[in-house]
Amino acid sequence: MQLGIFSVGDITQDPTTGRTPSEHERILAAVAIAKKAEEIGLDVFATGEHHNPPFHPSSPTTLLGFIAAQTSRILLSTATTLITTNDPVKIAEDYAVLQHLAEGRVDLMMGRGNTGPVYPWFGKDIRDGIGLAIENYALLRRLWREDVVNWEGKFRTPLQGFTLAPRPLDGVPPFVWHGSIRSPEIAEQAAYYGDGFFHNNIFWNMSHTKRMVNLYRRRFEHHGHGPADTAIVGLGGQFFMRRNSQDAIAEFRPYFDVAPVYGYGPSLEEFMAETPLTVGSPQQVLERTLSFTREVGHYQRQLFLVDHAGLPLKTVLEQLDLLGEILPELRKGFAEGRPAHIPEAPTHASLVAARAAQDAGEEAEPAAPAAVDDVTGRSPYPVAEAVEVAR
Amino acid sequence: MTRIVVISAGTSIPSSSRLLGERLGEATAAAVTAAGGQPQVTQVELRTLAVELAHHLATRVPGTRLREAFDLVREADGVIAVTPVFNGSYSGLFKLFFDALDENVMRDRPVLLAATGGTARHSLVVEHAMLPLFYYLKARVAAHPVFAATKDWGSASGKLERRIARAAQAFAPLVMAGAPAGDDEFEVVDFTDLLGG
Repeated sequence: MQLGIFSVGDITQDPTTGRTPSEHERILAAVAIAKKAEEIGLDVFATGEHHNPPFHPSSPTTLLGFIAAQTSRILLSTATTLITTNDPVKIAEDYAVLQHLAEGRVDLMMGRGNTGPVYPWFGKDIRDGIGLAIENYALLRRLWREDVVNWEGKFRTPLQGFTLAPRPLDGVPPFVWHGSIRSPEIAEQAAYYGDGFFHNNIFWNMSHTKRMVNLYRRRFEHHGHGPADTAIVGLGGQFFMRRNSQDAIAEFRPYFDVAPVYGYGPSLEEFMAETPLTVGSPQQVLERTLSFTREVGHYQRQLFLVDHAGLPLKTVLEQLDLLGEILPELRKGFAEGRPAHIPEAPTHASLVAARAAQDAGEEAEPAAPAAVDDVTGRSPYPVAEAVEVAR
Repeated sequence: MTRIVVISAGTSIPSSSRLLGERLGEATAAAVTAAGGQPQVTQVELRTLAVELAHHLATRVPGTRLREAFDLVREADGVIAVTPVFNGSYSGLFKLFFDALDENVMRDRPVLLAATGGTARHSLVVEHAMLPLFYYLKARVAAHPVFAATKDWGSASGKLERRIARAAQAFAPLVMAGAPAGDDEFEVVDFTDLLGG
């Protein structure tokens, strides 16, 4: 079970002081929070991607690369990478470089993005959202798996004789999750490829989350990747903890009441009943989080949103300290009653091992170096026919 | 089982929209029974969901009771939609509910439209305001809508009674033909089709 945090990267006024942090402060805070996450023993730090204020993470791999340099163990991920408006070639390049620099501690979560104007700003049409997500990702997979790609699609300039540089670390692409809240097409996409499916349920009732996860599980089995209960599932979560639950509620309420997205809506109490948000003691957060398994089955990744709505960095770091305290209990609770055949989320190491096991079964062939002579720039075409679609 | 859901947007207690909805529900049930069906009529008063609808508008988080109302509509074989006339149109509360429903929930779903107003001068509000909305939602709108002015409730001529009966007669066959199957599970298009697509 991977436990971690994900950040939207919002720059929001602290409603209790009226102070709004600068972009610079929030960017550095993201680094401090990621380092803290590693320090308390979390497994994953994921950053959002946005291309408009009041958000800072427009260049996730720059941020994650900087964090990678200052951490050694934590897995770096995204929540989400915009597969619709980003050029899949650039995603392939950026994350391949990041994967090399971070020694494989990288995976990605694909998302469509729900900010309308971002589509036209990047030359796309929001009505093509699903189509872009499907086509761009299909291309991204080939770029990471085939040495020479000849490709033509609806949305992007065709590629002839294109070789991605650098090739993924150890010839193994980063593991990919697909994040979607309510699009069956995306659950189907994740199931089709045997990729992970992440349901960011923080604004949703568990009954909805359960339906989406069950759809993905059922289709994962349908597409032949194994039994439904072995599909790779991730969930969101949100908490605010103090040792005394009344203190947690009193401190969090002013942030909650005016928070982006859910502020000026249901009361804190109603929202806690309707969504996974837990504001209370560490014990309450522990129990609520462990209850998710009852709804969606044994799953692989739990990410919490901890830095948002104008909470000051100091408070966020205190929240992580408290999370660190219940982490052993969380791990124990998730392990309890977990059947042996339920897989962990794939990591670079496990994917390399799986590849080695697969290769041992076949004729051993060393990982092919680049098919293009990068000194002479020799044409890649003669070898193109030899390249198998690695699906 | 033929499920009929009455959505009424009246705000006073008692409300003439609610009353008209009840009468239309009863008349439709009677027509369905006469045709050999087993009707079940459920009343949803939007007044009781007003706060949850406002929260949903601001945050997209549906409350428990609002979610139950959405589910009722999603599973309904027919919807009777009744609004009071506010400023020459349906009320904001009425629109709020149909705006909050998931896309395509009303598509091909049989709907009987009805409205209440102070005087008969508002009677074309169904044709001029409600019909475009439900046409946009691609609902299957029954041919005989009902408008009831305050005066109708005290009229002895039985004209309102006849209009209600006629509306129910026209609506019942649509209801019995049924609405598209409730999407209890999400509809899946196989990915190979999506890829081709």
